[in-house]
Amino acid sequence: MLELDAIGHAFGMSRVLDGVSLTLAPGESVCLVGPSGCGKTTLLRIAAGLVGPAEGRVNDGFHRSAVVFQEGRLLPWRRLLDNIGLGLKAAGVPRRERLARARSLAAELGLAECHDRFPHELSGGMQQRVALARALAVEADCLLLDEPFSALDVGLRSEAQALLLDLLARRGIASLLVTHDLTEALRLGHRVVVLSPAPGRIVHEAHVERPFAERDAAFLYEAAGALLRHPAVAESFLFRTDEVTP
Amino acid sequence: MKRSRAARGVATLLSWGGSCTGVLLFVALWEWGSQAYGSFLLPGPRDALAALAQLVRQGEAATAVWATTWRAMSGFALAALAGIALGLLAGLSRTLGRALEPVSTVLLGIPPIAWIVLAILWFGSGSAATIYTVMATTLPVAFAGAQMGALTRDRRLQEMADAFRVPPLMRLVDFHLPHIVSYVFPALITALGVAWKVAVMAELFAAEEGIGAGLAVARVNLDTAAAMAWIVLVVVLLIVAEHGLLRPLQRRMEPWRQAGRRAG
Repeated sequence: MLELDAIGHAFGMSRVLDGVSLTLAPGESVCLVGPSGCGKTTLLRIAAGLVGPAEGRVNDGFHRSAVVFQEGRLLPWRRLLDNIGLGLKAAGVPRRERLARARSLAAELGLAECHDRFPHELSGGMQQRVALARALAVEADCLLLDEPFSALDVGLRSEAQALLLDLLARRGIASLLVTHDLTEALRLGHRVVVLSPAPGRIVHEAHVERPFAERDAAFLYEAAGALLRHPAVAESFLFRTDEVTP
Repeated sequence: MKRSRAARGVATLLSWGGSCTGVLLFVALWEWGSQAYGSFLLPGPRDALAALAQLVRQGEAATAVWATTWRAMSGFALAALAGIALGLLAGLSRTLGRALEPVSTVLLGIPPIAWIVLAILWFGSGSAATIYTVMATTLPVAFAGAQMGALTRDRRLQEMADAFRVPPLMRLVDFHLPHIVSYVFPALITALGVAWKVAVMAELFAAEEGIGAGLAVARVNLDTAAAMAWIVLVVVLLIVAEHGLLRPLQRRMEPWRQAGRRAG
């Protein structure tokens, strides 16, 4: 269980987060959506313990949480397997075992053919899969993902989302995913939490009841439309209501 | 992504061909110049080679090469060690960086010839003066490379290291060093070229033997062909040191850059 309690944060004079409370239960997938600059990445950093919150408390009861960043953030001078095994090396796992685990993860994520490649020899989609494998390698029971697919084009993104859903479900991993894409949130979350523009606070929360397998394109657009009919969500995403009334 | 062996072979041949064309053109220009101005002012490539052959036969070349190499390399090694150590400290600590940067700028601004004068005054004529001059002129180059490397470490990778709880020693070996090395190597290659030239120049004034001393003798004897021969020798030494030592070392230590060149 991950609990964020009344988190507030400011960079210098500008407030980015204001009284955000959120819980993430084991195995649950929560998607945090909001316009750019609403502090959602900061919230994720706070949840990961990379930044201490100015106000509020973080209580991380998970055994191990791991972060997947927006850009892969792989070590350019390490080959694919060593990049996947980075977290294991940090934890002091011996090299042989580290490589064995990296190899099996690479196979699972469709990277079996390129064990010896350096990151810049991989496509954007593959780099992101390496980053995902690196997070899974430490046997995390909670993944914190910061717009992991935003740099991918549409087809690749959909493929990567399907892969993520599959991996999370099979391992029973909880996930907190930050995105600015409503349909992505609706596809990947048990719960969708909408943040307002800065300073970010929670303006809406929706449970998505439909099973992941049945969330097709038609459902996603319809659900996104339904979400946007809430004035608070529309204000975060579309425009202010007073700007369109003639 | 990986090209076939044959295609790579052709590409290598073409690049070698390109380099050879450049060298041949240069030699042709040299020959033409020598015919135009006479072999006293500008002895042709053949005269220079003949003079070089004579120097080698007399054993003069070997002693000179050894003396110059030893001095240039000692100065270079001292400068690399001190420069990298200071550069790293300056890159890691802002205060120290601010304090050392102007010193480095001043050192860079002092012409090598001024160092030679000082070195002769301080150490007298001999190897120490040359080594000192080489060190003083190459140290700021190594310093600047190491400082840039330490300053430009990727914050995003540091954050990733935090997220994966990377311990300090691994952080140094897997995160900082490879990055810093990628800045230090090009600086060292530049410094090596400078070291060689400065060593020869210092020897011209402050040594009894060595390539620079040989040049001084050639000047006294008005022997232009011998001077040319010494110059050819210096250039060959520099090329051997760079492509025989530093570049292979760089390829070994930075395979990820190599791969980049192949893919690109």
